Amino acid sequence: MVDTQERPASGDMAAPATSTAIAVNGGEAVAYALRQIEPEVVAAYPITPQTLIIEKFAEYCADGLVRTEYINVESEHAALSACVGASAAGARAITATAGPGLALMFEMLGVASGMRLPIVMHLCTRALSAPLNILGDHSDAMAMRETGWVMLSGSSPQEAYDLALVAQTIAEHPDVMLPCANLVDGFMVTHAVERVDVLPDDVVREFVGEYEPETSLLAEGSTATYGALDFRDYYFEHRRQQEAALYRSQPVVEEALKRFGEISGRSHKIIEPYMMDDAEVVLVLMGSAEGQVHAAVDAARDAGLKAGALRIRLLRPFPTEAVAEALSGARVIGVLDRAIGFGSVDNPLLSDVKSALWDQSARPLTKGFVYGLGGRVVTLGQFNQAFDELRTVLETGETPGDPTYLGLREDGEVPA
Amino acid sequence: MTQPGTESWRDVPAGGTVLLPGSTERNLTGSWRTKLPVIDFDACTHCMICWVMCPDSCFKTAEGTLQSVDLDHCKGCGICATECPVKCIEMVPEERD
Repeated sequence: MVDTQERPASGDMAAPATSTAIAVNGGEAVAYALRQIEPEVVAAYPITPQTLIIEKFAEYCADGLVRTEYINVESEHAALSACVGASAAGARAITATAGPGLALMFEMLGVASGMRLPIVMHLCTRALSAPLNILGDHSDAMAMRETGWVMLSGSSPQEAYDLALVAQTIAEHPDVMLPCANLVDGFMVTHAVERVDVLPDDVVREFVGEYEPETSLLAEGSTATYGALDFRDYYFEHRRQQEAALYRSQPVVEEALKRFGEISGRSHKIIEPYMMDDAEVVLVLMGSAEGQVHAAVDAARDAGLKAGALRIRLLRPFPTEAVAEALSGARVIGVLDRAIGFGSVDNPLLSDVKSALWDQSARPLTKGFVYGLGGRVVTLGQFNQAFDELRTVLETGETPGDPTYLGLREDGEVPA
Repeated sequence: MTQPGTESWRDVPAGGTVLLPGSTERNLTGSWRTKLPVIDFDACTHCMICWVMCPDSCFKTAEGTLQSVDLDHCKGCGICATECPVKCIEMVPEERD
């Protein structure tokens, strides 16, 4: 189905390009973006739920729609290794993976960021084994947080497409030069067919531009050595510099999102507030549960609670100040984690949010929730329950230390 | 090991990329050595196979003849002794302070 329509301009934005509406799942939406970007190299190993992306992109290659060198590799470790080599050689290189595939890439995650190579990865978030599970949660993404990648997270096929384009410009920005991951929620986004407004090819090509690194292995006259031994003499300096580049990427992310808004009419921000203006009780989340959380906010407001929601779109670098500012009026904050941080003080997202709030003059009460592990069905009822518990925290001024496990089977009860 | 300079972490090349060639010359690997190649010049035919095979380019030559070994870089790997067709290179345990 094709339905060409003008997107409305808003605010100070220039007239956005003419979009075409297509009905695709999130995986195909990312593949569509990859076709438009037409990178020099794609290296990937098939793994559920990422296969939708790379099968579709392989079709584009087979049909001659792109001139990309598509490397069939023997593992995810090899996939990212091939991207590292290609990127160091000066090529635009892209990969995609999920859950255990990301785990197998782990060594190369740090190599890609440490060598400052602007590889883009589309991570279709999936549970980690064991027990064996192919369905969606954020265990993989949360394990990746400290590997030095810029990490963006969307909540819909449209956003998967949008962020696929934006990620490219962030990674390759001269102030950044770091790999960037586009988190696409496994199944909930990768396999959900929705309307996606895609931009014309030429508009996308102008937006992402050409990748022209300052130095590369194969540049004419290059004498550079990549990946050399770096001992006690300089490793520390290089790591400090890498850290600074990652923090420096936040304004680049904001600028890239703004620039994307100008051409698409969709103005994404690094955080996505909902009903936050006067919110006293807030649920913080990342990813595809946003729709249900918003419905739960509406229900809580109908029941007289000043409820709100805040979605984290930029997971790394964590937008500390923006999150603290957005939550400055809240009295009780619940954080929804779709992963367990085994043995940590708190689960991953709660840990980030609490750290962001620590330096604030008035620290609100916080409460952790765990939901949707291994593809466990996520329901509106779970988030209604979360707001009920947060209401109790608000009224009593006391917050229990342990998280609440939403939708978990307890003592023979059928989960909500 | 390379002696670090005084440049700030802000000024080192990104990602540890080495921009100019020849930097290994500044990386003195001679301290790794436990055995020293000792050449019997009476037996040496100056065939230069050691010069070809040495992974660290340690054999110094002049006017087509073998002269000496660069001990700042020789790691003592023994490839030269193994490859020498007339067996005139002996790996001798090296004692240090």
